Amino acid sequence: MPTSILESATSPPAANGSAPLPEISLLHEQWLQFRKSKSALFGLLLIVIFFLLALFAPALAPDDPLRQHLPASLTGPLQGGYLLGSDDLGRDILSRILFGSRISLMVGAISVSISLVAGGVVGLVAGYFGGTLDLVVMRGIDVMMAFPSILLAIVICATLGPSLQNAMIAIGVIGIPSIARVIRASVLAEKELDYVTAERSLGASHLRLIFSAILPNCVAPIIVQGTLAYAGAIISAASLSFLGLGAQPPAPEWGAMVSSGKEYISTAWWVITFPGLAILFAVLGFNLLGDGLRDVLDPRMKE
Amino acid sequence: MGRYLTKRLLLVVPTILGVVTLVFFLRFLAPGDPARLMLGERATPEAVKVLRVDWGLDRPKLDQYLIYMGKVLRLDLGRSYKTGDPVAREILTRFPATVELSVVSIVIAAILGILAGVVAATRRNTIADFVAMVGSLLGVSMPVFWLGLVLIIVFAVRLNLFPTGGRLDERMLMEPITGFYVLDGFIRIFKEHDFSYFFSALKHIVLPSLALATLPLAVIARVTRSAMLEVLGQDYIRTARAKGLTERTVIWSHAFRNALLPVITIIGIEFGYNMAGAVLTETIFAWPGLGNWLYNAVLSRDYLAVQGGVAFVSVAFILINLLVDVIYAYVNPRIRY
Repeated sequence: MPTSILESATSPPAANGSAPLPEISLLHEQWLQFRKSKSALFGLLLIVIFFLLALFAPALAPDDPLRQHLPASLTGPLQGGYLLGSDDLGRDILSRILFGSRISLMVGAISVSISLVAGGVVGLVAGYFGGTLDLVVMRGIDVMMAFPSILLAIVICATLGPSLQNAMIAIGVIGIPSIARVIRASVLAEKELDYVTAERSLGASHLRLIFSAILPNCVAPIIVQGTLAYAGAIISAASLSFLGLGAQPPAPEWGAMVSSGKEYISTAWWVITFPGLAILFAVLGFNLLGDGLRDVLDPRMKE
Repeated sequence: MGRYLTKRLLLVVPTILGVVTLVFFLRFLAPGDPARLMLGERATPEAVKVLRVDWGLDRPKLDQYLIYMGKVLRLDLGRSYKTGDPVAREILTRFPATVELSVVSIVIAAILGILAGVVAATRRNTIADFVAMVGSLLGVSMPVFWLGLVLIIVFAVRLNLFPTGGRLDERMLMEPITGFYVLDGFIRIFKEHDFSYFFSALKHIVLPSLALATLPLAVIARVTRSAMLEVLGQDYIRTARAKGLTERTVIWSHAFRNALLPVITIIGIEFGYNMAGAVLTETIFAWPGLGNWLYNAVLSRDYLAVQGGVAFVSVAFILINLLVDVIYAYVNPRIRY
């Protein structure tokens, strides 16, 4: 059976005699390395737990998160059937936290998607075409970076009108500059490489070069940046809701829960404590995972 | 150095113009008319029209923009719709409070962060390293508004050690000398032999500055640790040890001085964020600074105040970052553009 030149060129030379090494795919190798980091695994575990809690919130929650029971308002933890206590309107804090995980994870996903798409387009175009376009676009990105991000989010969100949807837009917008920079940098590094030149000389179009040659090789930094941005988005969304600019009552959003409890801190510590811990652990999970992924995916970090 | 400075300064100008422009056009995202919003739903169309003409809102947007830019260049930020006072003056009266809070918290963050980072790096993989790194991870993952409230619950409500907010005891009235109350109180000790102002100012700044210091502390500790680890692995450190120098000398005058560059940079950057990001901390601790004022301006849709305030904070942020770059270039002999 005749083999083509291409096939024989790519087949491993180990075929004759000696036992072939077990083939480890790149993904598998990266997983093996990732597994070695206890903190990254812990981060992954935290995120999986939060996603499961969000998914099964209706089954796990002991009560309707919106149901008020005024006679039992501000009941302490472990009392009157409230595991984590009740808030000022007698709503079950545990149930609200469980349903709140749906809001926080969704806000993170949507706003990071906005940053990824918009920042991705900007970074790809600026990095790929270069020249004046790059200069102008990146000046614009510099201007956005000159704003302290939380301030920009507050102003955008307040201008559009306070709502969860506008909070997601605001957080998505403030995430654009860092994503655009990361993607531009990896496009710049990638586009000069031989395989891109080869494809270009074969007559590939700009679109083909960008999407099938360059972009797949920029995925690693995008994943790392996206994971860390997810952590930032959860904190920003909670901050905006805390300020009354994001999720509106009676939504069981973690930041809004802390905000509603701040009137009662002298008597009922649990109203702010538990939603705050939920924010802390969710953000911690994404930060740990992001750090771990960077160690695995960034070849410079390999020891 | 001179050429580098010039180039860097020239780059700042378009960025600042861009910032002011962006802030100006941002307000057109708002649904509705500022004059209508200010006067309320029941205002007559005539009254709204008068106010629109008064504020120049009836002109084309480009005209409004050019007029505003012209004024900004003369440092005139207009008058607050709400109070009628010049925005620039309102900003300047609140600015010292924010600067004081940011400076105190960045000093706390720098001292503790550097110590934690150096200890973690020199005792790598020990309990001390583990504690420092877990602590810094918690620090970057913690929402500052929540931390502030927890600090209030523990130290103000339960232990009653510190007040819950404000800059001074309510019965005290201090005529500002520098505008930094801790410093003003200190001056008063000598002028009037009165310690109460100094201690009151000091007591009030502890909790907000701790809350604001947490994030930069965590970041500074991480950066210091990795910079120290890089330096400690080099040959000249081994040489220094081989010479028989004490571990203390090796760490602080050989290793740390060479690990200082990234640490200085991150301290500068975090200081800039602190100045700007103090909105949440100031709101929680009723700290009468720029962030608190700006937040209220945002809520009451006082557009000229918001525009002026955001532009001011952003320009301060840009200038601090410029200063960091200059210091970096000055300290690092390898950089000469």
